[in-house]
Amino acid sequence: MSVSAGASTLAQRPGQAAVSRLACLLVQPLLSRVVRKIARNHLSLFARLGPHRSTDFLIDPVELPFALHLRPDPQALVLRAVPRDAAPRAGAVIRGRFLLLLELLDSEEDGDAAFFSRDLEVAGDTEAVVRLRNALDDVDGSIAEETAEIFGPPGRAILARLRRAYPSEPEGHPFP
Amino acid sequence: MSNPELICPAGTPAALRTAVDAGADAVYCGFQDATNARNFPGLNFTPDELRESVAHAHAKGAKVLLALNTYPPAGKVDLWRQAADIGARLGVDAFIVADMGVADYIARSHPGIRLHLSVQAAASSPEAIRYYCEHFGVKRVVLPRILTIPEIREIRKEIPCEIETFIFGNHGLMVEGRCSLTNYLTGQSTNMDGVCSPASDVEYARHGDGSMSSQLAGFTIDCFGPGEKAGYPTICKGRYTAPHRSEGYYAFEEPVSLNLSRLLPDLIDAGVHAFKIEGRQRSKSYVRGVVSAFRRAVDDIRAGRQANIADLVALTEGQKQTQGAFETKKWR
Amino acid sequence: MAVREMTKLTLGPITYHWSADARRDFYARVADEAPVDEVYLGEVICSKRAPFHEADLPATIERLERAGKTVILSSLAEVMLKRERKATGDLSAMESPEIEINNAAGLFARGRRPHRIGPFMNAYNEATIAWMAGQGATHVCLPGEMPAAAIAVAAQAARELGLGVEVQVFGRASLAVSARCYHARAHGRTKDNCQFICADDPDGMPLRTTDDRPILRVNGIQTQSESYIDLLPETGRLVADGVTHLRLMPQSVDMVAVASAFRNVLDGTIGLGEAEVSLRDLCRGVRFSNGFYHGQAGYRRIAMAETA
Repeated sequence: MSVSAGASTLAQRPGQAAVSRLACLLVQPLLSRVVRKIARNHLSLFARLGPHRSTDFLIDPVELPFALHLRPDPQALVLRAVPRDAAPRAGAVIRGRFLLLLELLDSEEDGDAAFFSRDLEVAGDTEAVVRLRNALDDVDGSIAEETAEIFGPPGRAILARLRRAYPSEPEGHPFP
Repeated sequence: MSNPELICPAGTPAALRTAVDAGADAVYCGFQDATNARNFPGLNFTPDELRESVAHAHAKGAKVLLALNTYPPAGKVDLWRQAADIGARLGVDAFIVADMGVADYIARSHPGIRLHLSVQAAASSPEAIRYYCEHFGVKRVVLPRILTIPEIREIRKEIPCEIETFIFGNHGLMVEGRCSLTNYLTGQSTNMDGVCSPASDVEYARHGDGSMSSQLAGFTIDCFGPGEKAGYPTICKGRYTAPHRSEGYYAFEEPVSLNLSRLLPDLIDAGVHAFKIEGRQRSKSYVRGVVSAFRRAVDDIRAGRQANIADLVALTEGQKQTQGAFETKKWR
Repeated sequence: MAVREMTKLTLGPITYHWSADARRDFYARVADEAPVDEVYLGEVICSKRAPFHEADLPATIERLERAGKTVILSSLAEVMLKRERKATGDLSAMESPEIEINNAAGLFARGRRPHRIGPFMNAYNEATIAWMAGQGATHVCLPGEMPAAAIAVAAQAARELGLGVEVQVFGRASLAVSARCYHARAHGRTKDNCQFICADDPDGMPLRTTDDRPILRVNGIQTQSESYIDLLPETGRLVADGVTHLRLMPQSVDMVAVASAFRNVLDGTIGLGEAEVSLRDLCRGVRFSNGFYHGQAGYRRIAMAETA
């Protein structure tokens, strides 16, 4: 089973394709470093993925100009930014606001709750999504922070700015 | 006043540490196989992970309860026995069991370890509970979520063991351990495989009008309007039509979660020894939020203060909550 | 190897709220015409229904026994309320006829006196069956969702302990029971105020998915399969694997003819193909399934060719 990224409802504005491609080029070197580092630090993550280490995930932060293609194969790890109109056919698609996805990555938000509230959308192979979620949930600490650390103070500043730029909805979090 | 324990879910070692840090008195968990009723992809513990987790929990004064609460099909009993042997070797504090053959094995092979009767055994009367107590030395029964508080109080008087009740989480509609709905549609059994609406058979489809339908093994379970809150694609929370209900209705139950936070004082007064939070399949975020909220509540009640329960609705299924049968038998 | 007794056909308890008249007529005909060896009586699903037909029980038992049938009284699957506890205790105290227990409360009350284990008791494996045999069980009806391989192992273990082994081979499968009455809920009522609306659906209330696919049947607190289990083609293997009793669940079809089809196949007096054709004629508009037996989704119908 595979799902096309074209299912996204975001309309393409004129010139958006070019912006998207440029953004992908800029962000790719960072992604490559990030994913190698995280894979080294969290080997047990792959065991929980089981057969879905070779599944192509499309992670689609709806307000960013690009989506992320993840294939969590420890032998040939892929995490790359892709323009939506050039995204590969994915086994599973996970779609939501960028900060929500970041919070899910770090278990600051509960994936089921985000799904119940319809803020998170999944398509394609549900088992793949559940495995990825459970694998990430077993990681202690913050993957986002860890990522930011790779780039030192500038990285932390970027993360802080991202969090300000894409705030959670005010009523989103029940626990102070 | 009794001092009820808070029994918390852990689907991964990280969730177990989170639960312990958030104030769990005990954490329940299972192995990565059919021996427990949350045999979900990517979830649960390897023996090595359980060893480290038991050590971590014990160092922080929390207990670890191992769920062996499914029913081995004939020919596969050894898997459950081996799981019990491993659990015993790793020093778990109790086994949660449902099957009589498994209970009998543990009672004979590991008599020093406590046996808790799983909700999957569906023991809902004093007589049924006493059967397990007298024959297998069961020390605690997890009551089905179908009893009112006065009924729990009456049961308490007639049984020789402790009572554990669910206080939050998935609201089981069917008598646990007697449900083959998932197997009917998917070929995977809740009782024998520990599976309920397996993700491998779930599919979500988004439609042009913004609605989303959930399917299990190709059967439409529900369809949610563009802004409508969603639920798990479980058969007992699905929308169906009947001859006189052509509009489609929740034939069994709406997507809704159990939340007994307001009934905690009554449950303590009825003699409940332990409060169980459902959700081994949920994230650390859920565990952290729910466990710490209930920790504060139980501590407040114990200290004679008014419990201030944080609003837990956001974490509930369909973002709706109920007190179910505990509040009134009209629920039935 | 011990000489195998002839395989017995049994008629399970009526799970629906049939009227007293309907039950009297049904059992009169069973007594006179149905080639079944054993008949289970009693209310298994809802304790509120029992008063409607309890008064007729002695006469029904007498009628069936006079016709040479063995009668067994089945206990409630769910025991929670005082009246349910009392009914279970009273039944367990009986010396005759035989009793079938469907809840651990019944096991508690029965002690070590002989009894049968019903399909709601979750006797899934040889260890549990051995435990139950040690407590006085003489017979076990296996859970309806067990696949063939497990049935074979369980049956062999039970036979070695001297127990009879029963498997449901016809009728809707019990998929779940609940404390809540879904018949009452469908009509905006509660269980305590149900007004016995379930009597309107003598073969269960059909549920369809919202895209109009038949899926389940509601019978009070019980949820059943939409399809009828039909293990007629599998009877040979069941018997070879050590199953001694084949259970037919009463549905709103000609159960005498259904029983005859199974009896004829067991006796080898008609061919399987012919019996299947007649069974389909008897149950027009009903889907048959055997997925559980073949370890697949229960609603599925696995063709003979695939099983060979």
